[in-house]
Amino acid sequence: MKRFMTTAAIAAVTFLIAAGISFAGGQKEPGAAPSTGPVKFTFWHLDTATNQKAYWQGLADAYMKAHPNVSIEITVLENEAFKSKVATLMQSGSPPDLFRSWGGGVMDEYAKAGLLRDITKFVKGTAWGKTMAPGVIAVYSYDGKQYGMPYDMGAVTFWYNKELLAKAGYTSFPTTWSDFLTMVTKLKTTGVTPISIAEGDKWPGMFWWAYLAMRIGGKPAFDNVLSGQGKFTDPPFVQAGQKLVDLTKLGSFEEGFLGANQGAGAALVGNGKAAMELMGQWGPTTEAQNAVNKKGIGDLLGTAPFPVVEGGAGAGTDVLGGGNGYAVGKNAPDAAVDFLRFVTDEKNNATLAATGTIVPTAIGADSGLQDPLMKMVKGIVDKAGYFQLYLDQYYTPAVGSAINDNVQQIFAGTMTPAQAAAAIQQTYEMNQ
Amino acid sequence: MAYESSIVLSRTVKKRRRATLFTLLLLIGPAFIVFTLFVIVPVLQAAEYSLFRWNGLGPLTHFYGLRNFGFLLRDIIFQKALLHNMLIIVFSLLVELPLALLLAMIVGRGKFKLAVFFRTFFFLPFVLSEVITGVLWQFIYNPQYGLINSIISFFSPGNPGIAPLGSPTGVFWAILIVIIWKYFGLHMTIYIAGLQGIPVELEEAARIDGASNAQVIRHIVLPLLATTIQITVFFSIIGSFQIFDIVWAMGRGDPVNGAETMVTYLYKFGFQRFNMGYGSSVAVAIFVICLVFSIVYQRLLLREQRG
Repeated sequence: MKRFMTTAAIAAVTFLIAAGISFAGGQKEPGAAPSTGPVKFTFWHLDTATNQKAYWQGLADAYMKAHPNVSIEITVLENEAFKSKVATLMQSGSPPDLFRSWGGGVMDEYAKAGLLRDITKFVKGTAWGKTMAPGVIAVYSYDGKQYGMPYDMGAVTFWYNKELLAKAGYTSFPTTWSDFLTMVTKLKTTGVTPISIAEGDKWPGMFWWAYLAMRIGGKPAFDNVLSGQGKFTDPPFVQAGQKLVDLTKLGSFEEGFLGANQGAGAALVGNGKAAMELMGQWGPTTEAQNAVNKKGIGDLLGTAPFPVVEGGAGAGTDVLGGGNGYAVGKNAPDAAVDFLRFVTDEKNNATLAATGTIVPTAIGADSGLQDPLMKMVKGIVDKAGYFQLYLDQYYTPAVGSAINDNVQQIFAGTMTPAQAAAAIQQTYEMNQ
Repeated sequence: MAYESSIVLSRTVKKRRRATLFTLLLLIGPAFIVFTLFVIVPVLQAAEYSLFRWNGLGPLTHFYGLRNFGFLLRDIIFQKALLHNMLIIVFSLLVELPLALLLAMIVGRGKFKLAVFFRTFFFLPFVLSEVITGVLWQFIYNPQYGLINSIISFFSPGNPGIAPLGSPTGVFWAILIVIIWKYFGLHMTIYIAGLQGIPVELEEAARIDGASNAQVIRHIVLPLLATTIQITVFFSIIGSFQIFDIVWAMGRGDPVNGAETMVTYLYKFGFQRFNMGYGSSVAVAIFVICLVFSIVYQRLLLREQRG
């Protein structure tokens, strides 16, 4: 009897522990809790820089002060770690309530799997929906439904060192591709690294390939791929790759560029060792962060749009860009959606714009833009007749990865532009 | 009387056996449950997922049969990854283990003053986490500011230096050096323990008979160290098949898959591309390779021990 009781006790304890483990963890917040009771939601972003981190914390604190029943739990992770962690959470089926997203194909995958909350009713036809240009809001929608909102939508442009260009005899940035190549050659003779590229991360290389394809083939080239009338093996994409080979043969890039990550690439510009980089609107911020003096090259920094390719079908005003926004997880309470509205409203958007780290989306928020370079980028975005989202976000993750990987092969010289294009097309077809 | 006592005796024996069995189940139970939940079940799940085309989100819907394995065997990048794993094994067996053994003999039995210090010193790289090691060596290899290039430009100013992690062909060797650097200390420590199990009298007897150092090593040390060496070879090979963290922390197997291994391939082409079915097939392939190797290796050893 005594042994039976001992056995039963051990079995009961084991069972309780096992049950506890299997039920613990994960969120237990219901979808739309009443707004008067205590509400908690999670907020994930990737701005690890001190001033940016403080900005988001300040915003959350302000919101919590105005809504005492709301509690916001912030998680900050570095870019690559963020992407991995969110992907894991998605697979476990419990997404964060608000998380940084670039829209496009990756967000579409989440929406298709039912992991995002449809916030169309909050945006369509409401005052919130009128705070931004429709094209910009559309980046965070899928199949007609809204799943998030942006607060930053910029363009990829050249960020260059005016002093180093002047030493090579250039007081303004070239506007045609052949002039650009001449400038690169002249820069090399002055002993400076003409272009810094973080091709270890692969997406910076994709920027070059995308812009060249856009300049050569224009919007029709990309539309044709989507409609099936064209392919990635069409001339604009192959010629874009060929121009990259020309650029690499000139020795335009830094030593070891195939292994350089974003920080290393930005450091070269920030320390005045490379004359330029082709980067998004966060370029100056990353350069400053990674520079030895923590400030970058300051007034010596200039920005310019991607040059035109002579004889190409694309316009010089076409823009490759993207931005930042937040997607809404399927379990998010109404308070989270309301906080998102707070984040993207004109006042807060303008405050963030004043830090010079974003190109604001809210109409009227560009009044907060003080940095003349950022104003230039906003001007470039506003004039764009054709706005193309970064290719690795625009297409599905599989195709996006294939583009990044194969473009790196072009830079490395291990694949010809035609082979790379064929590989991309193959992945695209397999994922249709 | 004898009959009754024999019944009592057998009942006691049965009770003791039941008690022993019960204790055994209680002690093995938790480990068995954990092993089943975290090893057996995931392997079976991976085998299931590998038969589907699945993006990792939502239910399994698109049955694919063995097509994932077909793609896998034909993919040149996977073949490259497998080759890299084989090269890591070859160099571990030809360079890392002999180096560890040599150092073990010098430092493990040496009577010189700093012997104990060096034992700890050589073991230190193993203590670092793989990610810290990766970050550390990225600094060492950095083309602009790294330690190696700083030394090069000190002795030869104006020299562009080397950029191993940016070279499609060099990145593999750069990482191989780091792998050897990191793990040789572990094998050395195991060999030191093994060496200390060799009775000193045997060596003394051999030396009295006039044996040279080389002969002592060849006829006494190595044969007695055989089991230890077999164990380190086994773990080295299994570990080499599964190497991931160090490669990932030093460039994720790129540029252009220059240092790709089977597990980085799994992560990139499965996980990152939202292609979990394919990733699972890679996992099953790695599992089968390791399993076959383990069985063959142990059979080989058992046959040797018997014969």
